[in-house]
Amino acid sequence: MTYIAKPPVRHPALPRNALGLTMRDYEGAMSTLCAGCGHDSITAAIIQAIFELSIPPHMVAKLSGIGCSSKTPTYFLSQAHGFNAVHGRMPPIATGANAARRDVVYLGVSGDGDSLSIGLGHLCHAIRRNVDMLFVIENNGVYGLTKGQFSASADVGTRSKRGEENRQTPIDPVLLALTLGATFVARGFSGDKAQLVPILKAGLRHRGFALVDVVSPCVAFNDHVGSTKSYQFTRQHARPILIADYVPSADEITTAYAAGSVRPVTLHDGSTVRFRKVPESYDPTDRSGVESYLRERASYDEVATGLLYVEEAPEMHEALGTTVTPLAHLPYEQLCPGADALFELQNGFR
Amino acid sequence: MSAEPRDRTNDFAFKIATVNGTGSASANDLVRRAIFRMGIPVSGKNLFPSNIQGLPTWYEIRVNHAGHTARSPEFDLVVAMNAATYARDAAEVRPGGWLLYDSTWPLPKELEREDLHLLGAPFSGLCNANFAGSRERILMKNITYAGALAGLLGMELDIIGELLTEKFARKKALLESNFLALRLGYDHAIEAFDCPLPIRLASLDATADSILIDGNTAAALGCIYAGATVAAWYPITPSTSMLDAFQSFSRRYRGLGDPEGARVAILQAEDELAAIGMVVGAGWMGARSFTATSGPGISLMNEFLGLAYYAEIPAVIFDVQRTGPSTGMPTRTQQGDLLLCAYASHGDTKHILLLPGDPAECFHFAVAAFDLAERFQTPVFVLTDLDVGMNDWVVPRLEWDDAYRPDRGKVLGAEQLDELGRFHRYLDVDGDGIAARTLPGVHPNGAFFTRGSGHNRHGAYTEDGAEYSDVMDRLARKIDGSAASLPVPEIRSVRGATIGIVSVGGCHRAVLEALERLAEEGIRADYLRVRAFPFSPELGAFLQSHERLFVVEQNRDGQLASLISLETGYPRRALEKVGGYGGLPLSAREVVEGVMAALATSSAPAVSQPRRANA
Repeated sequence: MTYIAKPPVRHPALPRNALGLTMRDYEGAMSTLCAGCGHDSITAAIIQAIFELSIPPHMVAKLSGIGCSSKTPTYFLSQAHGFNAVHGRMPPIATGANAARRDVVYLGVSGDGDSLSIGLGHLCHAIRRNVDMLFVIENNGVYGLTKGQFSASADVGTRSKRGEENRQTPIDPVLLALTLGATFVARGFSGDKAQLVPILKAGLRHRGFALVDVVSPCVAFNDHVGSTKSYQFTRQHARPILIADYVPSADEITTAYAAGSVRPVTLHDGSTVRFRKVPESYDPTDRSGVESYLRERASYDEVATGLLYVEEAPEMHEALGTTVTPLAHLPYEQLCPGADALFELQNGFR
Repeated sequence: MSAEPRDRTNDFAFKIATVNGTGSASANDLVRRAIFRMGIPVSGKNLFPSNIQGLPTWYEIRVNHAGHTARSPEFDLVVAMNAATYARDAAEVRPGGWLLYDSTWPLPKELEREDLHLLGAPFSGLCNANFAGSRERILMKNITYAGALAGLLGMELDIIGELLTEKFARKKALLESNFLALRLGYDHAIEAFDCPLPIRLASLDATADSILIDGNTAAALGCIYAGATVAAWYPITPSTSMLDAFQSFSRRYRGLGDPEGARVAILQAEDELAAIGMVVGAGWMGARSFTATSGPGISLMNEFLGLAYYAEIPAVIFDVQRTGPSTGMPTRTQQGDLLLCAYASHGDTKHILLLPGDPAECFHFAVAAFDLAERFQTPVFVLTDLDVGMNDWVVPRLEWDDAYRPDRGKVLGAEQLDELGRFHRYLDVDGDGIAARTLPGVHPNGAFFTRGSGHNRHGAYTEDGAEYSDVMDRLARKIDGSAASLPVPEIRSVRGATIGIVSVGGCHRAVLEALERLAEEGIRADYLRVRAFPFSPELGAFLQSHERLFVVEQNRDGQLASLISLETGYPRRALEKVGGYGGLPLSAREVVEGVMAALATSSAPAVSQPRRANA
């Protein structure tokens, strides 16, 4: 059994958010992943991000595909509807759901097997449509649930637990998303929650498709010497160069950083993402500049982390021109043209 | 047998052979529509290639005062406008029939046949002399043959003029060109030929309460009336025109393109896997959603269809069948997806199928499909085919009852969830196999995890065999129980019937006509048209009450017969399959010949003594 409820014990002194809810209200069932799995840290970051944003849990739809990462929505937000789709095809479910209910917050959790192989096409098209959702790829370079095959994000030269060396070039979801015109692209590390939480918050508030690639070591099959997605390797090579703070629109904006080193980007709802300690030339709204910067860092064997690119562009509903009222909420009377209209229409079928 | 020539007024068929992409479709439409406006039942079958320009294409028109509008393979007249197919077009004219050709150039050898009447009209010459641009000359040539046909068949020129005026109301130059071309063809026919021919038209009053509509347009309209708000699809012949129609109806009725916002979302997916995924996602959120596709698309959708069945999410799928397997013949019709759809996906599944027999039923079944999908929380298929979907049929005007309201099934709202406290998604409270569902974004108490993995009656993950079987057994009860809510079979009984004929979908009109012809041969048959799956108990009773049974369907292997046998236990070998599968719409002749041949070669004493019809 992998569905284990947590005891509903609440400490009276737990901090509460604007809705009066505690972090416990955002938790889910006990994780059944391996002890030390990076995915569990991401789950904790997700809980914290949604709690801090004070989103009512039942107004979130959490979706996933198939794989270890896709199991994790069970472990957060037990008061939110979840959808465990088929392998690789969560984006179409999210797209259709969003088409029907644009007022719900969509959070997709996927993995590198789910999104970069079997579901690569769907990911690309969700980006292309700019579906308003946060899409987290828990990236460990390996198929965990089927016990250790290389995934499409495995680096050239990385070794499997059995000692095989990967010779195929990896698909980097960050560069891919940039190329496809994604409007929000970030990379985090499951071992750096302090960096990840603001990224997730900004991603949830971004209007459009927010892709967050999180390097998340697999302790069972990809945490050994020779792996390029182990804790050790990632700690040595990850460079949190692009540190971003998420500032909700309700918060007073105070400048805590020296002028010249902060670059604020305002999101559609008035909230702000502030990039600090970025290289002076770094412009998170310059797509080709970001891409060359990332390629340059990669050539130094660095995995650049942080909120890398953000842009305001029409999301799916704006492109489709749908009503503000969610389609699923439209009364039938506004949908059916009625008997007279049918009669009139048929005069043209003669 | 009498040799007396029958009156051919309002009872004939002709065929127009042209080149794809030359604009002949509008001329053919004009001719067919004019006949309809004269009050005469008419059908048009478009036999088109999988091509945009250059390959041969044919349009068959059948005129029948008695309303028999199934395809007729006997052509009294052929209009040969494509030199590449002269030989086969000339060969298709019945002996004593007529061949209308472009006589601008000397008579080609391929068209010479002594047993028919050759009618030469210089269509190209007339157009070259009267029109300047090369494109216009090509386009207007089509209208000149329409004009010649008007003269030859005794069509009312005023009616054609009225149709042209309606069509080109805002394009004066085009209207003038069309009128001129029409007149050129018409005048030539009147001068040069003995007009009208024995195959001729005479105004009737048989179409006043009817419309001409194709099944895809009717089904799209049904989706609008059902209140569908999300459509996701991937282009595939022959279903594409359904989404084209839905889009155009959405502009007209749903504010698509208006600044206030559209009350619909039409998503062109990256593939059919995504299309059905989007439909399922929207259904999960409580919107009425559908996709339209054809066989190859259904193949791709199988994975998600299993999820929708098992997780119990409403979805409506229109399968406009075409010739398979694989790419097959994409522009030819077939009924080859019956078994595929009935049990789509891996594991034990069974799906509700609605099987419309004409475009009017496409409209009504489309509406029913959404009600059934929501009531039974499951995918519902509407299976049509290229002939029903893309060809215009004469059907009674569509009626709508403004009292209709969607059946949303068992959906718990916020207040109910407040009272309920703990919600169990797959618990059969009412004993009808249908558990209540909740929609996301309504109430925290309604939250659960929708999953395709093993789950128990509470909606929780399980790997326990008994818990798993408990849910699967209920699903079987649910789907089997749906039979009582589905459209009942259409049954036509005659006294003294010796055989029973079972059929489905677009075969209907050919079978009705065949029943008359068989009766003329002294063979009386009862008829049952299956309109839905799981089958009605009436089907079993029909099978049991006939010694000799024929199943008329358009596929090689007798899929309907197999499905009937599987589900009723009736011996498969006792269900004799009749009907071709070569991609052309079914004709009554095929049915009559198939039944007669089987009766002649078999020892079963099922045929009564031949006697005159209507005895």
